[in-house]
Amino acid sequence: MTDINATREPGRLGRVWNSNFVYSFRKNPVAVVSMAIFLLIAAAALLAPWLAPVDPYDPSLFDIMDSELPPVWSDSGDSRFLFGTDDQGRDLWSAILYGTRLSLIIGLCAVALQALLGISIGLIAGYVGGRTDSLLMRLADIQLSFSTLMVAIIFLAVTQAMFGSETFNQYAVFMLIAVIGVAEWPQYARTVRATVLAEKKKEYVDSARVLGFGPLRIMVRHILPNSLSPIFVISTVQVANAIISEASLSFLGLGMPPSQPSLGSLISSGFDYIFSGSWWITAIPGVVLVVLVLVINLLGDWMRDVLNPKLYKG
Amino acid sequence: MSLLSVRDLTVKFAMRDQTVTALNQISFDVGRGERIGIVGESGAGKSITGFSLLNLISKPGFIAGGEILFDGQDIAKMKEAELRKIRGNRMAMIFQDPMVTLNPVLTIGQQMVETLMAHRKLSRAEAEQIAVLKLREVYIPSPEERLHQYPHELSGGMRQRIIIAIALLLDPQLIIADEPTTALDVTIQADIMELLLELCQSNKVGLILITHDLGVVSQMTERTLVMYAGRIIENGPTREIINDPQHPYTQGLINALPQQTLPGHKLKQIPGNMPALTDIPPGCPFSPRCSYATDRCRSERPRISRYGTVEVACHEVERLLKDEKKEMTA
Repeated sequence: MTDINATREPGRLGRVWNSNFVYSFRKNPVAVVSMAIFLLIAAAALLAPWLAPVDPYDPSLFDIMDSELPPVWSDSGDSRFLFGTDDQGRDLWSAILYGTRLSLIIGLCAVALQALLGISIGLIAGYVGGRTDSLLMRLADIQLSFSTLMVAIIFLAVTQAMFGSETFNQYAVFMLIAVIGVAEWPQYARTVRATVLAEKKKEYVDSARVLGFGPLRIMVRHILPNSLSPIFVISTVQVANAIISEASLSFLGLGMPPSQPSLGSLISSGFDYIFSGSWWITAIPGVVLVVLVLVINLLGDWMRDVLNPKLYKG
Repeated sequence: MSLLSVRDLTVKFAMRDQTVTALNQISFDVGRGERIGIVGESGAGKSITGFSLLNLISKPGFIAGGEILFDGQDIAKMKEAELRKIRGNRMAMIFQDPMVTLNPVLTIGQQMVETLMAHRKLSRAEAEQIAVLKLREVYIPSPEERLHQYPHELSGGMRQRIIIAIALLLDPQLIIADEPTTALDVTIQADIMELLLELCQSNKVGLILITHDLGVVSQMTERTLVMYAGRIIENGPTREIINDPQHPYTQGLINALPQQTLPGHKLKQIPGNMPALTDIPPGCPFSPRCSYATDRCRSERPRISRYGTVEVACHEVERLLKDEKKEMTA
């Protein structure tokens, strides 16, 4: 009897493989390619310490004589430096690997912070309703009426001035995560609240209340898992946005210092040399940034189509 | 002492410019292991009665007065934490549509284990054992495998069985079933009702069956309450109410059954509609539709009073009873 069932029912992995979600992924070449590129970039970033030929954070390893060498494929390229070097003689390939890693870490952590804040606030606002709801949503409106970059610039500029750039540079990663994370929580809060309002009316919530569950348990265990699809969709978009925000801030000199460059600060540091012919210092990290953000957005688009019940057809 | 004793329960809804009375001073008792039916048209207040018994009326509704004594404790005045100990544990509720009552993202097992562990100190393994036991009680085939399935993998009848199993998980003393078979196929309806009856009898669980199906009530219950416009208008042993209804509304309900009409003839329906809760006539709420209505019915609200084994809220019931006797002697 168990044998019959075993042959009829595929295993857990098989069920996942044949699920609508994975099926539509497999059938969508854009999604597959985007995912492949994203995984490639993510893996390269994760393995940066092993892949990078030199440690780009250690200035003692740079030789000023190697500065502004073009990439390997141009005539005067040096075989030691795949993507050439920057103005200090730093290997650009290593710097990009480490920079991508930083950008991804900041993007993901900032989005995690946004999600944590936004989901909790959205859940409470939607479930409790009434005055709590109005108060929290007006707070969100106020937060949204300031643009993220403006808040970030003011906050970072003030802290930089207050603590001096030495201390600031030391904690720049955390500052960036905090400021991007806090600035964008209303995106999550609004979406989550809207889904909670719809889910709250469903009978399984009534039945959970009838079974004697407390509000916290109903919110976290019953309503939240049913509200996940919009959260997934905005998360992808938000990761892309956070990476761009970080790059913009670093480009403006308010983010990662040139000694620990992220993609944004690399682009920024190369910007001064773009007219002297050293285009690669800016262009190559720029391309990496664009590709990274593009594939994340494409994945988000695909996910939105799959998870949207209105677009979903059998 | 009866298990549940509702006294003058009044539930109101605060609308934008007025307060609407959805339940008007209803009183009834449910004994231990007793099965009662609540019948009436849509909007009569049946479901609200069910929800208010668990003190789960959500805003803008509120309990405006009266007592709900469950085992001697007043549910209407209980704190949220105390209520939670009663809900699901000592009093359970079954809803209309099994397709939406179970949480779609949790497996059957997760939902059952969670319910058990929320009320009792049990290990996961112990809870799973009880869940399997209860699933077997409601005749779910291969219950161990069902525990790992999601609600969408099961049929409607199967899901309603599982919901009944969840309701019975903690051995409650009273089950409130709010039209438990309305959303199911006719063939499955009978099965589910039979199962519910069997389980209530074997476990000595009290049942409040909310329905508009008089046939189901006559099979399932010992006593019946007839509701109209937020009031109980007749309350008595089911057999009496079905065979010899006293209130003109109950008579109308029973006469309207298709079985009471010869094939090819028009159904004898009650003329008119139930009044909206916002404008209930001053006297008897049924008076505009009642063929026996007098001026007194239109101006003075009838109180519920006892005639033999039945309680009826009707001014004319005495005269009707006399007429009946005359007919019998003549």
